Amino acid sequence: MIDEVCLTRRYSAFGLLREGLRGHSGWQPAWRSPQPKKRYDAVVIGGGGQGLATAYYLAKNHGIANVAVLEKSWLGGGNTGRNTSTIRSNYFYPESVALYDFALKLYEGLSRELNYNVMLSQRGVVTVSHSDAEMEMAARLVNAMQINGTDAELLDRNGVLEKAPLLNTTDQARYPIFGGTWQGRAGVARHDAVAWGYARAADARGVDIIQNCEVTGFLVEDGRCVGVETSLGEIRCDAVGLAVAGHSGVLAAKAGFQLPIRSYSLQAMVSEPVKPCLDTVLLYLGTGTYLFQSDKGEIVLGGGLDRVPSYAQRGNPPMQSQVISGMLEMFPAFGQLRMLRQWAGVVDVVPDSSPIIGPSPLPGLYLNCGWGTGGFKSIPAGGWLLANLLATGEHHDISRPFDLERFATGRLVDEAAGSGIAH
Amino acid sequence: MQLFTCPFCGERDETEFAFEAEAGKTRPEPAANVSADAWARFLHFADNPRGATREIWLHSTCGEFFMMERDTVSHAVMASISLRGGNE
Repeated sequence: MIDEVCLTRRYSAFGLLREGLRGHSGWQPAWRSPQPKKRYDAVVIGGGGQGLATAYYLAKNHGIANVAVLEKSWLGGGNTGRNTSTIRSNYFYPESVALYDFALKLYEGLSRELNYNVMLSQRGVVTVSHSDAEMEMAARLVNAMQINGTDAELLDRNGVLEKAPLLNTTDQARYPIFGGTWQGRAGVARHDAVAWGYARAADARGVDIIQNCEVTGFLVEDGRCVGVETSLGEIRCDAVGLAVAGHSGVLAAKAGFQLPIRSYSLQAMVSEPVKPCLDTVLLYLGTGTYLFQSDKGEIVLGGGLDRVPSYAQRGNPPMQSQVISGMLEMFPAFGQLRMLRQWAGVVDVVPDSSPIIGPSPLPGLYLNCGWGTGGFKSIPAGGWLLANLLATGEHHDISRPFDLERFATGRLVDEAAGSGIAH
Repeated sequence: MQLFTCPFCGERDETEFAFEAEAGKTRPEPAANVSADAWARFLHFADNPRGATREIWLHSTCGEFFMMERDTVSHAVMASISLRGGNE
């Protein structure tokens, strides 16, 4: 088919030049919009980054391309399009660093691998400490990260101010700068491009991406999940992967089990664009506010969760004012910025702030959820590991510690307490 | 700023309140007979419903625990119900 030839065409500087000269009339859709088949080898629920990456790695790593990704709305319209696009692996426990650094390494090669520019910008992340005691915890975190094999440095006060000269250095600072931690390989990426790049690459390998298709139930025969009921009819398959973030509990209820997940709104906002003034990602432990400057010049900022359990993609005013007051404490000069947009995503928060990857209580259904506030940075790893589960039925060494069984055995990976980051 | 109603104090800012748990959970007893799975279900697992829900909240400033019926999508509050025996 002519369409397929066009769809699989590689993007290149030459192609861009050619299209520029002929008025951009030759671009084709980056993926097909097929009707669902009656049967697939595997079905992935959720067309965000995690679900699309799962489908891509099923096809690439395991040769399983007879796969459907079912998205109830549009691709990347959930948390993939609502995060602050930060990527980092500055975690405390070996299990966590193995997971998040795997994601970061995959991100480092992603634009080339997908032939799609995800605009990864490894501008580093500074986490600022405000007392001698916090500096000791920072040193502990840096040591742990280095032992676990990822890059980390301890910064003193001058080191922090070299990275971000506009920080509040006055005597009146509520949160004085003592120093901080630095991970130079951390950074940001274009969130939509990550979803679209995986979608295009998965489609090119034969995966069916089906938007506006809501899963309404699970087909269970002899105690095993053999498919899904959807708004477009029944779809049967050998294995189902669930990658729906904040709505995991809703689908778990349809499958007949509970999860250790509570859904909260996590909000973020951007200012008007201004000239370059901040070239790193910056987090204050004291305010819980973190921010960076986008390529367009906007200041992008976020903070902790709204404290009201919620499925509303809006966010409440108290956390908004806390995040903004945090920014004013950190960068007094930003007091004159006008805010442009504010939004929220529904995140799936787990008691130990670590994800759940593994078999569900319903055989044939596999989980990739519980990323909470950190789903975007882990997209390549989450997809890789869920694909491995769907293809083999077995854990990868990296995903094994994050099995659902840890809540019964008590072997939690408690990053909520471990890594000293805003959750 | 949303207002929640404490059965003891009346309407107050949402920032004064803390979510505690879904309503209807009973601590399994006696401890010696509780399996690890049952204990994990009590401690960590929940329905996490989208829409109507019944939850136990704490009014942090006065210390009153109470039940709130509300909607997790619209954030509408249907009722604040005292947990004191014999009340209302």
